[in-house]
Amino acid sequence: MGEIVELNSVIDGEPVTCACALGDLTEFESVPVDRRVMVIGGGITGITAAIDLGNAGYQVMMVERLPSVGGRMLQLSETFPTLDCAQCTLTPRTVESGQHPKVTLKTSCEVEELKGEPGDFTVTVRQKVTYVDWNKCTGCGTCIQKCPSKGISLFERDAGRMTAIYTLSPQAVPNKPFIDADRCRYLTRGKCGVCAKSCPVGAIDYNQQESFFEARVGAIIVATGFDIYDWKNKMPEYGGGKIPDVIDGLTMERYLSASGPTAGKIVRPSDGKEVKEIVFIQCVGSRNPELHKSYCSRVCCMYTAKHARLYKHKVHDGQVYVFYIDIRSTGKGYEQFIQQSVSEEEIIYIRGRAAKVFQNGDQITVQGADTLSGRKIEINADMVVLAAAMVPNEGAQELADILGIKCNDDGFFVEDNYKLSPIETGHQGIYIAGCCQGSKDIADSSAQGSAAASKVQVLLSSLRRQNQEAV
Amino acid sequence: MKYPYFPGCTLYTKAKKLDDAGRECSLKLGFELDELKDWTCCGATFPLVNDQHITMSGPTRILADTKDQGNDKLVTLCSVCFNVLKRTNNVMRTDEERRTKVTDFIERDYNGEVEVLHYLQVLRDEIGFDVLKEKVVKPLTGLKVACYYGCLLLRPVKEIGLDVMENPTIFEDFISALGAEPVEFPYKIECCGAFQAVHSMDIATRCSRDILNSAKNSAADLVITTCPLCQFNLDDRQPEIQKSDNRFAPIPVVYFTQMLALALDLPAADLGFERNLIDPLPLLKEKGLVS
Repeated sequence: MGEIVELNSVIDGEPVTCACALGDLTEFESVPVDRRVMVIGGGITGITAAIDLGNAGYQVMMVERLPSVGGRMLQLSETFPTLDCAQCTLTPRTVESGQHPKVTLKTSCEVEELKGEPGDFTVTVRQKVTYVDWNKCTGCGTCIQKCPSKGISLFERDAGRMTAIYTLSPQAVPNKPFIDADRCRYLTRGKCGVCAKSCPVGAIDYNQQESFFEARVGAIIVATGFDIYDWKNKMPEYGGGKIPDVIDGLTMERYLSASGPTAGKIVRPSDGKEVKEIVFIQCVGSRNPELHKSYCSRVCCMYTAKHARLYKHKVHDGQVYVFYIDIRSTGKGYEQFIQQSVSEEEIIYIRGRAAKVFQNGDQITVQGADTLSGRKIEINADMVVLAAAMVPNEGAQELADILGIKCNDDGFFVEDNYKLSPIETGHQGIYIAGCCQGSKDIADSSAQGSAAASKVQVLLSSLRRQNQEAV
Repeated sequence: MKYPYFPGCTLYTKAKKLDDAGRECSLKLGFELDELKDWTCCGATFPLVNDQHITMSGPTRILADTKDQGNDKLVTLCSVCFNVLKRTNNVMRTDEERRTKVTDFIERDYNGEVEVLHYLQVLRDEIGFDVLKEKVVKPLTGLKVACYYGCLLLRPVKEIGLDVMENPTIFEDFISALGAEPVEFPYKIECCGAFQAVHSMDIATRCSRDILNSAKNSAADLVITTCPLCQFNLDDRQPEIQKSDNRFAPIPVVYFTQMLALALDLPAADLGFERNLIDPLPLLKEKGLVS
């Protein structure tokens, strides 16, 4: 019974290597199909679901689009309302998912096709190229040190530049590098090859081809997460991405992160000067039915207050302004966090949407209105941080079509019943959890991850019981 | 090619130069502005509340006249007229209840058949800026121009749809076709103070000052506009601005059609520059654009 089949390990008669092969597939196949689960998405939601299911004795295959797991949470600096370090809390879980005997990681992979029925799905997965043979790679990092190309990193966003061969983060799981083909000198211009020369085990493979494999599983959990609203192309009023010192909240996380490109120093992207005056704008693209997204992104009020506080902890004489429509702090301990930010950290909250942001000589001018005093306000700042709306990750609609589930008008997956069965979808055996279902914070995401894991167990045990009764 | 044309009241009086230059240039560019018969005031403001219909009767009658005179388009030069006519037309097209109320009252049959166009739109979409560029006789080389849009030419964007609301480029594309150099300045879509000039002049002065300073900080030699009210505020407020800020150097504010006429080599004497408070002629002479 070879449930995992290499479909195109030979292309045009030429044997090619496959980037996958990490993780013990025989282990995954060793249990009946109704004890196997696929989790799509390796963020905090998917990891929580995978570890829960693994601990319950199920074999889990976690399919992640990027080369390593951890998702958005790994990019965060510290998390509200307790200000504990995201990496410190998440890394034990990413490592556990990588080492768990019952969890098989399939990174750089995307789901292509689904067949079968609840209890016995067959999923075709596309293994994308990383240009590094991960079976040979020891993760020593020599190639990363030697690579001469520098450019935008998927992980650091606009906050820092990265070599063309890299791991998403220093704590990447699996800790194996990949090559960004768009920036690699060898792959774009045919010259360089420094990483191949420096690799002590000969793991670099510029000719690697993508491949496909099939996996039979009993149920599927979708936890594909979120992205940030495309404010750079859609919001010229906030500079349209052309003002270097206007950044979004996720990029700010990288600046605030002690392991980020600036080692936690808040400096201006344009000239590296320390930021003394900073403006945060909430509801950027959210709650704007006329032009952008009509929904509230739910986490921005909290993370903006967190950003403001972390900034004040680093720049004691810095001045912080926050433009807000109203404050939504509905979680446990959240309201106290906001009140503390206002009263103890001397953060100035201005009720009003900022109308416009533009470069004004050395600084950035933010125009807005204080709707409480009814006055027009102009603030000159060194840096502006936009709390841009959360949107579903790219490709959500395509995945929904493959899996036979639905997206709403905003692209979030549609649950069976928002109140009573928020994890189930219209397709039995397929469950949704985390931000792909709607914007939410880490606490809610991990709760949904665990909920999805238990829903899967309910389904698969009941199917087993039915089968036994039938026999 | 003839386009039915609605000049509007201001273009017969204060903004005569906007009108004259626009008409003359059109002939040079191969189209004619054919003035609508028996036109009335457009009302100058679109109703700001949903249940106010009486102010739509004027523009609706104008639009119905346009249709009844056998036209499917109506061209305007004034931003205010354009805004009022275009938005009224939208209501006639999309809101049956309001349409019925207004057309019953004025006893006319009109369902939004006419397309309201701004002169800039005719240049961009019907003539083409590339064709315009070829027809330029005297390129405005070396002139740095701040293209000031104001509000009414663009907003509300869903109803007007002339260009992107927050970072429009139609005006810059236009002035580039004439050979001038557009400057990027952040106040290009800020309000000039508009009707505030009637009762609280200081507000209009402050708004105009910020716009002009922004243009000058971007090294502009001159400001162009489509709107008589913007032109009035930006031009006529400058002596007042100078009173409070003696370092403020005046900057000419002219209509876009005046610059078009200059580039098409219509005699400068006919362009009505003498009506500008801040005379653009010394600047244009310095740049070698008029003799």
